[in-house]
Amino acid sequence: MNDLSASSRITYGAVPLQPGLVRRVRGLSDKALAWLFITPTIVLLLAINIFPLVWTIYLSFTNYRANRSNAPVKWLGIDWYQTILTDPDIWAAMQVTAHFVFWTVVIETVLGFGLAFLIDKKFRGHGMWTTIILLPMMLSPAVVGNFWTFLYQPQIGLFNYVVAFVTGRSASSFQMLGDVTLSPWAIVIVDAWMWTPYVMLICLAGLRSIPDYIYEAAEVDRASKWRQFWSITLPMALPFIMLAVLFRGIENFKMFDMVNLLTGGGPGSTTEVASITLKRAAFESWRTGYSSAFAIILFVTVFGLANIYVKALNRVKSR
Amino acid sequence: MNNSMKALFAAGGALAAALCIGAATTPAQAQGKTITLCWAAWDPANALVELSKDFTAKTGIGMKFEFVPWTNYADRFLNELNSRGSLCDLIIGDSQWIGGAAENGQYVKLNDFFKKEGISMDDYMPATVVGYSQWPKNTPNYWALPAMGDAVGWTYRKDWFARPDVQKDFKAKYGRDLAVPKTLDELRDIAQFFQGREIDGKKVYGASIYTERGSEGITMGVSNYLYDYGFKYQDPSKPYAMDGFVNSAGAVKGLEAYKELYKCCTPPGASNSYMSEGLDAFKSGQVALQMNFFAFFPGLYKDPNVGGDKIGFFSNPAATTQATQLGGQGISVVSYSKNQGEALQYIKWFAGGDVQKKWWALGGYSCAKSVLNDPSFPDSAPFAKEFLKSMGMVVDFWAEPSYAQLLQAEQKRVHDYVVADKGTAQEALDGLVKDWKAIFKEEGKKF
Repeated sequence: MNDLSASSRITYGAVPLQPGLVRRVRGLSDKALAWLFITPTIVLLLAINIFPLVWTIYLSFTNYRANRSNAPVKWLGIDWYQTILTDPDIWAAMQVTAHFVFWTVVIETVLGFGLAFLIDKKFRGHGMWTTIILLPMMLSPAVVGNFWTFLYQPQIGLFNYVVAFVTGRSASSFQMLGDVTLSPWAIVIVDAWMWTPYVMLICLAGLRSIPDYIYEAAEVDRASKWRQFWSITLPMALPFIMLAVLFRGIENFKMFDMVNLLTGGGPGSTTEVASITLKRAAFESWRTGYSSAFAIILFVTVFGLANIYVKALNRVKSR
Repeated sequence: MNNSMKALFAAGGALAAALCIGAATTPAQAQGKTITLCWAAWDPANALVELSKDFTAKTGIGMKFEFVPWTNYADRFLNELNSRGSLCDLIIGDSQWIGGAAENGQYVKLNDFFKKEGISMDDYMPATVVGYSQWPKNTPNYWALPAMGDAVGWTYRKDWFARPDVQKDFKAKYGRDLAVPKTLDELRDIAQFFQGREIDGKKVYGASIYTERGSEGITMGVSNYLYDYGFKYQDPSKPYAMDGFVNSAGAVKGLEAYKELYKCCTPPGASNSYMSEGLDAFKSGQVALQMNFFAFFPGLYKDPNVGGDKIGFFSNPAATTQATQLGGQGISVVSYSKNQGEALQYIKWFAGGDVQKKWWALGGYSCAKSVLNDPSFPDSAPFAKEFLKSMGMVVDFWAEPSYAQLLQAEQKRVHDYVVADKGTAQEALDGLVKDWKAIFKEEGKKF
């Protein structure tokens, strides 16, 4: 069937195209057609990503408040950036965030890789175990936050009872969420519980991508299991592990929901991660200009760190 | 015409007749107007739904309700107002919102309407008019009708207090009878006495108090201690001058006393408690005393496990003076509403004397003098007398347009000191003055 009959079919089947338009569309170059197709996507991206970013950058130099949209907007230059970067509370929030990101990523990577290594071995019921291990990451952070609040409850919480059983201390003698020393670890434990399976999945994909013949060759060369792990498994799974670290690092840098539900940033400001500070400034205090500047600082930090990391990742992959 | 056709016509006729009768008896269907009222999701809101059925029956205007849990209430509705949303025609907004809502044009000014309809603010308790309706404060500019009077009060386990063995132990320890505390020191002693005690084979604790960090909890709690020890928001003769008032020696004592109560006498894990956690602790028989808003007391009194004869109520005890934190809200018409006429009709109806009486009877707290000054009021409910007393000594948080920022600063400073053990009470209040000054400076206030 030739082109003409195809266009006739279109004409019959749908809204009739005017002959002039058909000729014009048919006359378009491949490049023009490509533009025609991607333009809606580009417009959408500009509208929902680029425009808000540019607008946020603009607002970060002003005293604008979203709850007082009628008030005159004053240009402040880099005042907010100076205020934020010299504010000890902001640096405290950044330290809390760094503690949270570092420890969650370390724990999730070690445990996730360990679990992936175990699950990769074929054993009876391994499918069932995989499903069970994956369950936490399928839950909503809101649900996780709420039920861990109960688990950490000093009087009825299962977590306290387990710790009490193991250590011999009284279950109500310590508060995971109300103690300044313990609460930063309480949020790390919950995040690790929820997201270790995610790291495991990525690592599992990495382990399954290693061809069997490499291990067979190593066996022929009488390489020990330990040597195989260090010389084959780990180097070949490393790009995947690094990818998991990147994803978890970015996710946890902007962690809000779970921490907000568990501690609300408390006790005091002990678990007030940067995103909670940002949310309070933006949607409780309505300091839109200030919070825009803070958001830009966070964005540049994450973007900069992620770029450095991706370059390192590419170097590892190209080895 | 066959039988089945006849039956069909008969059924159709019956349906049409029913619709006609319905239209005659429920004008809502005829008028087809519905307005939305926004408030918090709690017991009094259910009472308001019940009450509002009379409004629909009388005017034919249907009512829809948008109730949001307290933890999200401010976020949700301030977002709605700030984005000029028209979801709410009427809003029962928190007392601290009034400054911002008035200055940002989010509420309809009600002066002309009140004048036209003969609604006088003299008919309402003065504290509620200032707290819920006026902006600027103490000026005759009204943005809401006082709707739900409320203040922080206390509940106690009357049945535990009445036990001879408990009374005997208490007297032996403190040299006085175990009775409703008149001072904050007495309250601490009672809480300390019950802390860790076994009642009916179960370990119980002293008191449930507000310690919540995320929204407004710890501020609403600590204020009851600060006010009692002489804390003032500003110099009464020089607005926004806070040095020596917010961080006075008395205020420091008040803050220290609150921390002492938190440390000695609250249940384990009570580092982030607010209204619902307090209710849970009391209803489950964990605590002897509970700090909470009066709005919850009708529900607690009806509770099958801890209500009735087992519960008693008292207003915030005294220290060097006696005051309590104002709760409650006024009802306002949202200026972005497309149904302002109907919303105003609701306010007119709600202001009626009989409606206010029924409001109290259903579990809402009327602010109308006709209800509160009625000689039978103090005996109308076990908590009515204490409510009346509390409403005579209420103090409210800042109601400035920047109230949320001011609140956040206090939440942080107080929680840091009371729960997270950071610094001293003096440092916390000095820091608070510094934060509040910075906020007012940003607002362009002179002090």
